Amino acid sequence: MSEKANGAPPKIQIRGLHKSFGPKVVLDGLDLDVAVGESVVVIGGSGTGKSVLLKCILGLLRPEAGSIKIDGEEVVGLRGGDRDRVMRKFGMLFQNAALFDSLPVWENVAFGLIQGEGMDRDEAKKNAIEKLAAVGLGAEVGELSPAELSGGMRKRVGLARAIAITPEIIFFDEPTTGLDPIMGDVINDLIVKCVRELGASTLSITHDMASARKIAHRVAMLYHGKIIWAGPVAQIDNSANDYVDQFIHGRAEGPIQMQVRAD
Amino acid sequence: MPILQPIGRTLLIFFAAAGRLSMFAANGLSHCVRPPLYFRLIARQMIDIGYYSLPVVGLTAIFTGMVLALQSYTGFARFAAESAIPNVVVISITRELGPVLAGLMVAGRVGAAMAAEIGTMRVTEQIDALDTLATNPFKYLVAPRLIAGITTLPILVFIADIIGVFGGYVVSIYKLGFNPTTYLKNTVDFVQTEDVVSGLVKAAVFGFLITLMGCYHGYNSKGGAQGVGAATTNAVVSASILILCCNYFITEMFFAR
Repeated sequence: MSEKANGAPPKIQIRGLHKSFGPKVVLDGLDLDVAVGESVVVIGGSGTGKSVLLKCILGLLRPEAGSIKIDGEEVVGLRGGDRDRVMRKFGMLFQNAALFDSLPVWENVAFGLIQGEGMDRDEAKKNAIEKLAAVGLGAEVGELSPAELSGGMRKRVGLARAIAITPEIIFFDEPTTGLDPIMGDVINDLIVKCVRELGASTLSITHDMASARKIAHRVAMLYHGKIIWAGPVAQIDNSANDYVDQFIHGRAEGPIQMQVRAD
Repeated sequence: MPILQPIGRTLLIFFAAAGRLSMFAANGLSHCVRPPLYFRLIARQMIDIGYYSLPVVGLTAIFTGMVLALQSYTGFARFAAESAIPNVVVISITRELGPVLAGLMVAGRVGAAMAAEIGTMRVTEQIDALDTLATNPFKYLVAPRLIAGITTLPILVFIADIIGVFGGYVVSIYKLGFNPTTYLKNTVDFVQTEDVVSGLVKAAVFGFLITLMGCYHGYNSKGGAQGVGAATTNAVVSASILILCCNYFITEMFFAR
């Protein structure tokens, strides 16, 4: 799961990542690689630290220990212009899309182009409408406010915003949560199509196995702060790992004991 | 000793909060003077803070000026000192009541709205989204509000001063029977540049405090709707208290001899 055959470093390389909140250890020496052009899906139960992992990579949370390298460059502790430069490689689809309420849809999609790349507003609007079309939304949607959109449309706009800046790496935070199965599958198809067209590396977190099977090249399971199993998506049904088996079949009985009350 | 522990703990919490606020203010102010500046956002905030606060601040000022003239008359008439009413009205409005009442009204209207807006952005991950789009939230959210607060409140207070003095004039002329020319002459003769300037300096400081408290509490809100509600309350209460405290120190700075 690490370096490609040509010796190029992984797009994302994480080693020994530790993150705690008070006494609660969330990430406990996590190791993970994402190769160039690879789509990795991290699965795991609620509260196991999947979102924390993404936030640590994005620099929104600072880990206590460990290394995160993007294209071989250490990014833990990066600030100012260096961080902005690295952040321009990323696109992110948030769980609830996190659209800016105060801006119309087209300006949400064009935000990274206008603010991050200094693109002219008219040109950015044309670009945003193209991206909206790429996720199956018409130009008229661009004039709406995010509050006027359904859950599925919000996800599509979030995806359009994530791909608008032509990122090298895209993160998907529970892309199908809260959607009906059909709309979930539409979003999965859009993710696969957009990622293929961009040639981006992606890291997704989900507990929707249908979504994981559709968008992943490789699946990694997070449990107790560590990746306890990682392998090609085709092997997930034959992982020989009791934790993975219990999770993918959604069984209450097994080695994973759900916490029913706070410690 | 056990009795000292809660005192020490409270002091540590206080100093930690003061430190966090100071760091936040320093970070916000540093982005106010470092390009790029978002002029479109600054203009929008100036309209929100200044233009949309004008009705409420104007009403507060005019009724305060009217009440001030009426109350001064009932007191000063006992000593046959009614001629001092224009002086009392203009000094009270420009030095104290204009900036303080405008500050408190704006804290209630704008500070609460800022905390609620930024707090909602925090709990719905919109601030994280800004970060991932390589846009510094301090530069995009905090700096425009601070700049707008510092520059707009003095303009608002200057208008409130005029409206407040006009309120006193209306009551004095139409209810108390003053001569309009004499009233205006007394007002203009008595007011000094320092009176107006001290009020405008206060307004700039209050504008900074209101926007700082709105941004700080909103930015650090957590826990969903309840957290946003708490942030809104904290923003208004802390801004109001700071306005009243700072008002004393600025007054002392200008007028204590």
